[in-house]
Amino acid sequence: MTRTLLLLALAVVACAAPLFVYPVLLMTVLCFVVFACSFNLLLGYAGLLCFGHAMFFGGGAYITGYVLKSSSVPVEVGILAGAAAAAALGYVVGLVAVRRSGIQFAMITFAIAQFVYFLLLQASFTGGEDGMQRIPRNALLGMIDVSKSSVFYYVILALTVASIALFYRIVHSPFGEILRAIRDNEARVESLGFKPERFKLIAFVLSAAMAGLAGGMKATVFQFATLTDVSWPVSGEVILMTLLGGLGTLTGPMVGAGIVIVLNDYLAGFGEWSLIAQGAIMLLVIIFLRRGVVGELGAYLNRHQIARKTWISGA
Amino acid sequence: MSHDGAPLLAVDNLQAWYAESKALHGMSFEVRQGELLTLIGRNGAGKTTTLRSVMGIVRRRTGSIRLAGEELTGLRTYQIARKGIAYCPEERAIFASLSVRENLALPPVLRTGGLSDDELMSAFPNLRARAGSGGTKLSGGEQQMLAIARILRTGSRFLLLDEPSEGLAPVIVKEIGQLILRLKARGFTILLVEQNLRFARSVADRHVVVENGRVVDTLTTAELDAGMARVKSYLGV
Amino acid sequence: MSNISTQLLFGQLLIGLINGSFYAMLSMGLAIIFGLMNVVNFAHGAQYMLGAFAAWILLNHFGISYWGALLIAPVVVALFGLVMERLVLKPLQNLDHLYSLLATYSVTLIVEGLVRHQYGSTGMPYESPLPGGINLGFMFLPWYRLLVLVFSLVTCIGTWLLIEHTKLGAYLRAANENPNMVESFGINVPRMITLTYAFGVGLAGLSGVMAAPIYQVSPSMGSSIMIVIFAVVVIGGMGSIIGAVATGYLLGLLEAITKVFYPQGASMVIFVVMIVALIARPNGIFSAREKTS
Repeated sequence: MTRTLLLLALAVVACAAPLFVYPVLLMTVLCFVVFACSFNLLLGYAGLLCFGHAMFFGGGAYITGYVLKSSSVPVEVGILAGAAAAAALGYVVGLVAVRRSGIQFAMITFAIAQFVYFLLLQASFTGGEDGMQRIPRNALLGMIDVSKSSVFYYVILALTVASIALFYRIVHSPFGEILRAIRDNEARVESLGFKPERFKLIAFVLSAAMAGLAGGMKATVFQFATLTDVSWPVSGEVILMTLLGGLGTLTGPMVGAGIVIVLNDYLAGFGEWSLIAQGAIMLLVIIFLRRGVVGELGAYLNRHQIARKTWISGA
Repeated sequence: MSHDGAPLLAVDNLQAWYAESKALHGMSFEVRQGELLTLIGRNGAGKTTTLRSVMGIVRRRTGSIRLAGEELTGLRTYQIARKGIAYCPEERAIFASLSVRENLALPPVLRTGGLSDDELMSAFPNLRARAGSGGTKLSGGEQQMLAIARILRTGSRFLLLDEPSEGLAPVIVKEIGQLILRLKARGFTILLVEQNLRFARSVADRHVVVENGRVVDTLTTAELDAGMARVKSYLGV
Repeated sequence: MSNISTQLLFGQLLIGLINGSFYAMLSMGLAIIFGLMNVVNFAHGAQYMLGAFAAWILLNHFGISYWGALLIAPVVVALFGLVMERLVLKPLQNLDHLYSLLATYSVTLIVEGLVRHQYGSTGMPYESPLPGGINLGFMFLPWYRLLVLVFSLVTCIGTWLLIEHTKLGAYLRAANENPNMVESFGINVPRMITLTYAFGVGLAGLSGVMAAPIYQVSPSMGSSIMIVIFAVVVIGGMGSIIGAVATGYLLGLLEAITKVFYPQGASMVIFVVMIVALIARPNGIFSAREKTS
C-alpha cells in the first residue's frame, strides 16, 4: 500500500516538476537516469564493469541525430533508431568482450571505446570535432509538435518510465536471477548447464540498447551530439553515478544520476571544480561509502528494522 | 621424553573464518617446548586452517594464540614470523620465477642459530646439485626438501609443517621423517599437520585429533597405538 | 615508395623511437605495479604529468635546471605515490581490484583538475637542456632526443637487471607469485608493496621530466598518453616487464611507420593491434606468470 502511494506521489512530482525546475535540466537528469540504469544492469547485476559505456551513449546520440536530420521520421522513431544502433554495436563488442571478465573485460571495453571514439572522430557524418549541430526535433508520432521543452519533457518522461519499467522487469525475471548468479559464481552456473557467455552477451546488448536510448534522448533534448558524448569522461561519470547511488540496488544509480547532474549544473560556472568534485566524491564513496547512498540507506533501514521497501534494494 | 613447564604455543578457543564460512569452531591445544605435536584428522577438519591462523594468514579470527605468553592475534604475518615461527605450507609454495638457490636464500636470517646457506646445501645435497634450476623444476620430494630447508635459514626454532609427506614416495617420506627427527633432536619445536597416521606416530610425541574445527581428543603415541580403532574412525579410514 | 624521402622516413622513425621510449618506461612502471599488487594504476598518466610539471615549477619558481629536476622531481612524485598508496590503495587491497582501479581514476580526475585550475589547459613550453644536434646525412639527430633514447634504454635495462638479478628483485618476483608466503618468512611485505608502488610512480615522474622538453607541459599530457600505455600493457602482458618494454618500443615504431604510409590510420593502429591481440591472446603476447596466494 505504501509502495503504491509512494509511486503515485512520485508520479505527481514528476508531472508537475517543469513548473518549478528548468525543463532542460530535468530532461538531462532523466537521460542520465536511463544511462545509469543501463550501466547498473551490467555492473550491479551481471558484475561486468564496462569501461567505455559512453560509446553506446554517444553512438546512439549520433545515430539518432543523423536519422532525424536526414529524414522526417517522428522523433521517437529517431530515438529508437539510436537505441537499435547501439544494440548492434553492443552485439559486436559483446562477442569479443564477454569471453572475459573482471579487469580484462574492463580493459577490452576501454580499448574498443577508444577505437569507436576515433572512428566517430574521422567519420564525416558526425561533423568531427564540431559535432552534429541543429538536430531537428521532429514531430511526435508525425503530428504533435514537441519543439517546446516543457512539452517535450513529457515525451522524455514517458520514455524514461518505460525504460525503468523494462529494467525492473528484466531484473526480476528468471533471466535476471541467472545474471545475478553469474555475477556471484560463474563456475557454479556453468556447472548447472547454462552458458554464461550467452547470458552476458544478452545483458550486454540490452544494456547497450538502453544506453543508446539515453543517448538518443539526450541528442533530441539538446539538439546536438558531440564527441564528448562518446568520450571517456562520460564513461567515468556513469560509473560515478552508479557507485554514488549504490551498486546493485535498483534505484541507486538513478539517485546517483540525479545527484551528479545537479551537482554538475551547480558547479558549471566554477570551471575545473566540477571534475575535481567528481573525483573527490568518487574517491570518498569508494573508500567510505561503498554501498552508495541508496545502499547505505537500505542498510540503515534494515538495521532499525523499519519495513524495507523492496524497490530500494532490488537485489 | 617429558616436556614440562610453560607451553611454547597456547591456542585457546580459536575460531576462524574464510570469507563468510566458519572453518574453526574453537580450537584449544598447547604445544610444549621441544615437543613434536601432530594435528591429525580428515580432509577439511581444519588442520591447515589452524596453522594459517597461527601465522596470521587467515586474518579473520577470534580467540587467543599465545607464543611464549605473547598474544599473536593482533599481529601481521611478518611480525608473527619474526617472533620465531616458520611455516612450511601444504603446497610447498616454491617460487617458479626463482631458481633453487634464490628460493633457498630468500628467507632472511631473523636470529642466530639458523643454518647458513653452505650448511643447508650440505644437509641437502640434492639441492646443491640443482642450485641453478628453476624452483619448480624439482621433483616433489626435492621441492619438499627445499621447502623445509629454506625455512631453516631463518633461525626460527618453532616450525609449522603442513603435510610434508603428502604425495611422496615411501622412501622419500622416510627421509623426511628422519630429517624431522634430526630437527627435533636439535631442540626444534614442531607442530605437524598430517593425515598419514603411520608417519605421524613415527615422529610425534603427542597427537591432537581435529574434527569439524574442534579438538576432539589428545593422545600420546602409546595411547594412539592402543586406541587405533577409535582414531581411525575419526579419520574415516 | 621511392618518393618518400629518407629524411622523412628516418625522421619519423626517430619520433617513433622517442615515443616508444616513453611508452616503454611508463608501461614498465605500470607492469611492475600490476605484477605485485594486481592494481591497474590509472593515475600513472597523471603522475607522469606531475613529473613534467614539477620540472617546470622547479625551473620557473626555483631556478633549478633540468639536471636538478631530473633528480628532484621523480622523488617528489614518488613521495606523492607513497602517500597515495597508504591512504587510498592500502584500505582497498582486500576488495575487488576494480575498486582500486576506480580509486586511481578518481585521483587522476582530482590531480588533473587541480593542475588545470592552477595552470590552465594550454601547454607550456620547457626549454631543451641540450639544444642542437648532429646531421647524419640521412637524418638530423637532435642531441636531446639521443639522450632520451639512451636514458630510457638504460632505465629499462637497469630496472630489468634490478628485478631479475638482485636479492631485492627476488623478493619482488616471489611476492608477485605468493605474497603471503613471502610475508611468512618475516619480510615486511606491506612496506615492500608501498615502496614498489612509489618506485613505479617515481618512474612515471622521471618520464615526465624527460618528456617536458619534447612535448609541451600540459595538464592533459597524462590522459593522452595513458590511453596508449593501457594498450601497450594489455598487449604486452599485464605483469611482464619485458613484454611492456618491448611492446612499448615496437608500438612507437609502428605508429611512426603508419604515419608515413597511411597518416589517417596512425592514431588508430595501436587500438587495432590491441583488439586483435585481445581476441587472439587475451593474456597478452608475453603472458605474465600465474598468481597464487
